[in-house]
Amino acid sequence: MSAKNQQIPGIMRQGRLTPWLYLLPALLVMTTFIVYPGLNTFYLSLRNNANTDWASDNCLSGAPCWGVFENYRYALASEIMQTAFLNNLKWILLMVSGTVLLGLTIAVLADRVRYEALAKAIIFLPMAISFVGAGVIWKFVYDFGSGQVQIGLLNALVTALGGKPVSWLTVPQVNTIALIVVGVWMWTGFCMTILAAALKGVSTEILEAARVDGAGEWAVFWKIMVPQILPTITVVITTMIINVLKIFDIVYVMTGGNYGTEVIANRMYIEMYTSFKPGRAAAIAIVLIAVIVPAMIFNIRRFREQEATR
Amino acid sequence: MNAARFKRWLQGLPTHIILIGIGLVWLLPTIGLLVTSFRPFQDVNETGWWTALSAPKGEKEYRTNCGACHGNDGRAISTADLTNPDLVQNYRRSFALLVSLERETFGGQPHMGALSVPDENTAATIAAYLRRISGIDARPRFTLDNYIDAMTGYRGNVTYKSDCASGQQALDLFCDWRDLGNPRGMGRAFLNSLIVVIPSTILPILFAAFAAYAFSWMHFPGRQWMFALLVGLQVVPLQMTLIPISRLYAQLGLNGTFWGVWLFHTGFGLPYAIYLMRNFIGSLPHEVFESAYLDGASHWTAFTKLALPLSIPAIASLGIFQFLWIWNDLLVALVFLGGQHPVLTYQIGNMVTSLGSGWHLLTAAAFISMALPMIVFLSLQRYFVRGMLAGAVKG
Repeated sequence: MSAKNQQIPGIMRQGRLTPWLYLLPALLVMTTFIVYPGLNTFYLSLRNNANTDWASDNCLSGAPCWGVFENYRYALASEIMQTAFLNNLKWILLMVSGTVLLGLTIAVLADRVRYEALAKAIIFLPMAISFVGAGVIWKFVYDFGSGQVQIGLLNALVTALGGKPVSWLTVPQVNTIALIVVGVWMWTGFCMTILAAALKGVSTEILEAARVDGAGEWAVFWKIMVPQILPTITVVITTMIINVLKIFDIVYVMTGGNYGTEVIANRMYIEMYTSFKPGRAAAIAIVLIAVIVPAMIFNIRRFREQEATR
Repeated sequence: MNAARFKRWLQGLPTHIILIGIGLVWLLPTIGLLVTSFRPFQDVNETGWWTALSAPKGEKEYRTNCGACHGNDGRAISTADLTNPDLVQNYRRSFALLVSLERETFGGQPHMGALSVPDENTAATIAAYLRRISGIDARPRFTLDNYIDAMTGYRGNVTYKSDCASGQQALDLFCDWRDLGNPRGMGRAFLNSLIVVIPSTILPILFAAFAAYAFSWMHFPGRQWMFALLVGLQVVPLQMTLIPISRLYAQLGLNGTFWGVWLFHTGFGLPYAIYLMRNFIGSLPHEVFESAYLDGASHWTAFTKLALPLSIPAIASLGIFQFLWIWNDLLVALVFLGGQHPVLTYQIGNMVTSLGSGWHLLTAAAFISMALPMIVFLSLQRYFVRGMLAGAVKG
């Protein structure tokens, strides 16, 4: 943020109103579409589904009730949301580690070959595709034929190796992993690009010096490269956690959240537009943001520090 | 010397193996999609896409069971030419074929001679092969029909072209260029996606450029904290705003209109756009602006003649980002446009749930939606990467 404290030349003074004219369109749109709805969602999360009374109106006598926070009882304690939380946790653990490890591996290895640009473009290409397109691509890979013929690549492989075909997207536990693989396929390119840029910044002199001193490639990687790019790795991990928390499209397209693959963002969509319970949906949104905001703040801070030292 | 080179090559080998292996795993799913989208629909559900270049189904069975007498091309016996559709018409189903193979005799000899009669599955495969070589059910190895069917929103059991040729098309098809506007088709959806994406990309960049200029080169109270606040709005997740905006739109009658999505995408693109543009415009050398002012330029001139042209690289990065993000978006399109103006992602999402295993249509549709972003991405990769590195924190 070097630009922040720069001096504006004195000669460039202007009328009082001018800056506001330049800012007006942006301010207007952002207030309407981000500030107001953000606050309104919080209010809605405390209301009943028709928005006619407080949420305590939804309580049934004899059942547990959180009063005005009744919608939050659903968002935090209901069975389906517990499944969603658990699944999101699985997503975070597997997808974040998968994308970061693979991205780092490819970034390090591609640096040494002549076809670096091609290799990176191939890994990065899924980033240009929509989640929906990726959903179709992978649903086809996972296709399960009930007859003898398997037109899905994965089941064809399994049967060719003598195994029995698996219905990858409907078997609980297996299906969540199958969805996470799609996520890894899509997001590894992102991690790779940012990590590769950081690796290019590691001073070649230090690397050469270590190699001359007899350090093996493995030691060079763990003792020099990783510590040097650790701040970037942290930023990538946090960014990925935020992305994974909001994951929606892959699940919506491939399983619709059925067969135990529910995630938080998909549940919110279903509550809002299938069950027509906006109060609950709003409460889920608030829970989601409560989880995301700390990660976001952490990330922006780290990013600023990095910018400052660059 | 040679030994040393060989040793170095050997050391580098694992790197190549890992990289090429990962690259293949990354590419294969997409290649499968692409190949399938060009195969005739009868083949898609019969054999895996990786067999697209191998011999057609049934050829092997035909050669072992029938090839000796009928010849590999089926024409060896002139009175029983298997490429003649009128003849094969009688044996097009496996049971009819089996009856002939088991019962019929020719010159006192059983049909199959010394060979044993094949089982039902094999007979069915052979019958399918006969239909193919006789032209009853001929089909090319690769075809564009899937793309035509997907573009026109065709949902019948054969292809758009053959239905239209026989005049049996569905009631909502005209069999001319008007079908590209069929609300179920990808042609219409492609147009809708374009209508959504162009203003939604231009508007936020334009607004952000104005704001970023003010933040960089104008004096006004609260400049610093307001900038911090606006950039901080990046943390608000999109999901959080959907519900109030749907309600607001319902009151204003904006649900299901293009204006609704344009404005929404503009609002959501702005925090990141302002952040990126401000960093770029703010880091332009201030001597440039100073001398312009000394020459009597106004802020407006400085903005349009200096700041905007100089920040083309930032605008390019931002534009690609916003374009890809909106083109690939499903959630916003689903909520605010829905089925009234279906965009590509919405249309495919619908096809996935309603078509089940219509893979020939799905793969073609998916590829139609992927073609443009892939071209944009591959040709402007440099700007894309730059924009990503500048704002990796965007949520």
